[in-house]
Amino acid sequence: MRAEARVAAEAHLAHHFPNLEQQAHAARLGMWLFLATEILLFGGLFVAYGVYRFLYADTFKAASTLIETHWGALNTVVLISSSLTVALAHHEAEHGSMKKAGLLLLVSVAAGAVFLGVKSIEYGHHFHEGHLPGRFYTYAGLQAPGASMFWTLYFLMTGLHGLHVIIGMGVLGLFGVLCLRGKFNEGYSTPVELGGLYWHLVDLIWIFLFPLFYLI
Amino acid sequence: MNELMRRMLFLPEQGTSYAADVDHLHFFVISVTMLAAAGVAITALWFFVRYRRRSEREATPRVEPTALHEVIFVGVPLGLFLLWFAIGFTQFVRLKTPPRDAMDVYVQGKKWMWKFAYPGGPNGADVLKVPAGRPVRLLMTSQDVIHSFFVPAFRLKQDVLPGRYAETWFEAKAPGRYPIFCAEYCGLGHSAMLGEVEVLPQADFDAWVAQARASTVAHAQDMGTERIDVRASLVEQGRTLAAEYGCLKCHSVDGTPHIGPTWLDLYRKKERLIDGSTIVADEAYLTESMMDPGARIVAGYKNVMPTFQGKIPGPEIAAILEFIKSLRSDAVRTEPSKGPVYVPVPGYDPAKH
Amino acid sequence: MSPSPATIPPSTEVPLFNERNYLNDKAGVWSWLTTVDHKRIGVMYLVLTTIAFALGGLFAMLIRIELLTPGPTIMSAATYNRMFTLHGVIMIFLFMIPAIPNIFGNFFLPIMIGARDVAFPRLNLASVYIYLLGAGVALYGMIHGGADTGWTFYVPYSTTTATKVVPILLGAFILGMSSIVTGINFIATVHTLRAPGLGWMKLPLFVWSIYATAIIQVLATPVLGITLLLVAVEAGLGFGIFDPARGGDPILFQHLFWFYSHPAVYIMILPAMAVISEVVCTFARKNMFGYKAVAFSSLGIAFVGFFTWGHHLFTSGQSTLDAGVFGVLSMFVGIFTAIKVFNWTATLYKGSVAFRTPFAYFCGFLFFLVFGGMTGIALATVSLDVHWQDTYFVVAHFHFIMVGGTIMAYLAALHYWWPKMFGRTYPEGWGLVSAVLIILGFNATFIPQFLLGNMGMPRRYYSYPPEFWPLNVASTAGSTLLAFGFGIILIYLLISLKHGALAGPNPWHSRGFEWITLSPPPADNFGPVNPVYIHQPHDYQHPEPGPVPAPGPEVPHAS
Repeated sequence: MRAEARVAAEAHLAHHFPNLEQQAHAARLGMWLFLATEILLFGGLFVAYGVYRFLYADTFKAASTLIETHWGALNTVVLISSSLTVALAHHEAEHGSMKKAGLLLLVSVAAGAVFLGVKSIEYGHHFHEGHLPGRFYTYAGLQAPGASMFWTLYFLMTGLHGLHVIIGMGVLGLFGVLCLRGKFNEGYSTPVELGGLYWHLVDLIWIFLFPLFYLI
Repeated sequence: MNELMRRMLFLPEQGTSYAADVDHLHFFVISVTMLAAAGVAITALWFFVRYRRRSEREATPRVEPTALHEVIFVGVPLGLFLLWFAIGFTQFVRLKTPPRDAMDVYVQGKKWMWKFAYPGGPNGADVLKVPAGRPVRLLMTSQDVIHSFFVPAFRLKQDVLPGRYAETWFEAKAPGRYPIFCAEYCGLGHSAMLGEVEVLPQADFDAWVAQARASTVAHAQDMGTERIDVRASLVEQGRTLAAEYGCLKCHSVDGTPHIGPTWLDLYRKKERLIDGSTIVADEAYLTESMMDPGARIVAGYKNVMPTFQGKIPGPEIAAILEFIKSLRSDAVRTEPSKGPVYVPVPGYDPAKH
Repeated sequence: MSPSPATIPPSTEVPLFNERNYLNDKAGVWSWLTTVDHKRIGVMYLVLTTIAFALGGLFAMLIRIELLTPGPTIMSAATYNRMFTLHGVIMIFLFMIPAIPNIFGNFFLPIMIGARDVAFPRLNLASVYIYLLGAGVALYGMIHGGADTGWTFYVPYSTTTATKVVPILLGAFILGMSSIVTGINFIATVHTLRAPGLGWMKLPLFVWSIYATAIIQVLATPVLGITLLLVAVEAGLGFGIFDPARGGDPILFQHLFWFYSHPAVYIMILPAMAVISEVVCTFARKNMFGYKAVAFSSLGIAFVGFFTWGHHLFTSGQSTLDAGVFGVLSMFVGIFTAIKVFNWTATLYKGSVAFRTPFAYFCGFLFFLVFGGMTGIALATVSLDVHWQDTYFVVAHFHFIMVGGTIMAYLAALHYWWPKMFGRTYPEGWGLVSAVLIILGFNATFIPQFLLGNMGMPRRYYSYPPEFWPLNVASTAGSTLLAFGFGIILIYLLISLKHGALAGPNPWHSRGFEWITLSPPPADNFGPVNPVYIHQPHDYQHPEPGPVPAPGPEVPHAS
């Protein structure tokens, strides 16, 4: 790595770490632990989904026909592509191309915005049809035990996921801007790496949500 | 010996043979527990005395365990624990398997009482009459929140849930009266949700059933032991009284506008009066409205309410007030939850959508 | 950066009280509010958790006074129901879970591994503010009446009650985030900041147990978070996830809740065991008997503890198979505690045992953990649990472990490490007197509750039939002794901050790693020397050097 890069990177070294590699290693470990907590957070909801799917298999199957698969498929493509751009951003950052990295991150943020836009179209449709959770469920076309539960789970899980997309957009946007401003270099691009990990998790959760609600 | 240990441990009488078996396991486990605790304490004490510190900085030898030590430390407790599990689980399976010839009783828990119904009648509350020497299966549910049907003398407990049935069973050995407690916290009346199992000789039980079924009184069961705490049902009483005194002719309880202000969310509401001033509808105002209705009238309403001065005794006013206070949009649900109505829509075929 | 040599020039004088320490390093309230020093953060948690303990303890006293008579004594049923809920919520989430890890873990984990701070110091500070936010939200709920659901929030009661459940739920959720953040910090610290030469098998046993605790915090707490969030959403918005009328299942809540809350009890006891391992070795002047077994048993508890939650559901209506599986697994988790108990006791063999205040607490801990722990095994024996579930037997069991176990260990930690943290000692006589008071008061409070449970007195009972009266009076009497004991401790510890005798770097002559620093430690823990670790901690095979000619900070011998 270039000498100036190392010097600039050293400015980020905290007093209690002996060197940058150790610090980056600790940061990565911390991030993975945090991702584990996110998986467990969603895990509770997936367990609830599993239980209710088992109890109300037919109703859930019927309800899922009311969700439009093409929107979900589009969103899946959008998110997977944004994971690609994030991975590329990290690659560029590691090689010192900060401008490219920053732009790639901002593209990812835009993809997140597209995702949210599609979701709001879907939500609007569901509000209109009465496909709503719990006591708000008014869709006359499917009245069977467990019908409202499908939508409760749908809105809770995609809602929590959407919240994480928003947070991820904020994080990637911030780091994208910092990249463009030259705050990072090939010696210190840990934030880009960690932000990327978070975004990959957000993508991964969607990859589980998509089949559970749209396909089966 | 059984009786001695039972008394030392403050256990209730053993109303069933199952209870006696459970107690025997209990004695085994608790005796070993006491021995183990004493053993560890005495060993520690002995070591402390024998190896007490003689100088502040003395050296000590390095002592490491052998594999045998750890095998004993693990093996002995594990063996004991698994033995207890085996005995206990066998007993539990017995509890979960009612005999085929058991007599059924339907139990419903609700805030804050137990109701019992026999197939073919009668129905009643608070006292569960059963014959001695006959297995009785309880089919239990709850009307609102989770309760737990607990008879200490039978070492018996089963949670009752809304929306489903749970079953348990017992066979009482001899006639007697055994308390029933609710063992799952359920609100204000949780500790007042008491009942009693009354075990009768078979002949007496049959006679009671026959007499109760033949009786013309709608609820043939005795309602009450002095254990029932009326404080828990003030709201219920108020509801009845409000209907009896005719309040509900002019005041709705669900927000519908009517001849008088609705009682829903009335308590502590800021009301605007005819003369332009504002009051808070607290206990004082509500009581005054019953006694002297024309004194302070809410704007938009006419002075048509009769006075109840001298007509309603104090405790009944309190009951009505409590009832009014309970009428909140976000209040505790005392009826079963009203879910969506599931009526199959003709022509809707899930496979086609 | 190569490590400095492990010896100190003999001309260095070791002061009895280190004048330039972490407490006065930077002055002013702002320096404390923005500190990233793990030691200052530990002290802040000490203050905050003490306040929480006092509040939870006040509610406990009020509960016990109410239970002095079978009928109403000093409050209504509505108030009583809120009292026991808040007692539980405050004690568990604001004291038991954070106290030992966030006070002593924060203070001593880095020092014990030769690090200058935890891995993420700013995140550490954030955990304090998250704790305060959670406490504030819960306090808001409390002021507006508070919830009356019990700390277990069982549905459907908690989703249909009119009391202020949502702020309490959200407060607990936020506090859970503070716990998660601490767990992440500690795991990363142990993995990445150990001094050169300090392999895993040389780590102090305190570190092993705190590490195991952190794993549970990270993996279990999020499940509590989502579960409480679901209850809040159902209570506030009527989404009906657990409502039978909408197809919901109240037992699902219980499974999700206990999936966290059972490992949570190991979050509460493992740090206590961490402390005890250190205290035993120091006051017996002996290496731990079976270091590896004790170290791995912490991991064992953390791992197996995740698979036993169903023993809280034996009477709930779950299947018989479930009961069997969870019953068996619960038997295994007790083995790890048995290993620890035997190893701690065996450590005293051929040791050099000094009966000081921390050791007195160890004695209480040992007895109460064995007795309380075995009542736990008894409760896991399914048929016995049918009688005891939701009675005072369970209340007595968990108070035996949490008060007789964790709080004894907490007091041991406080008295063991007070000289290191603040440079001063407390009067030993008062220490022993209050230890005796607490041990006696504890017995008097909770042994009657075992008997009440046997008799069949259910939990959370505001009023009770007269046959339960005498034992309730006995329990209340004991609790006043207990309260008295805690009060005395608070007083003499506070007085000692100003008037206590100066401690010196190692008043207990311990060979634990934290005793090589000065008392109180300097802001960067070790001054210019980077510790190098050659031996295992608590190696007492050789006599310790005396104070002549010139005492140096103790470093491990290379013999």
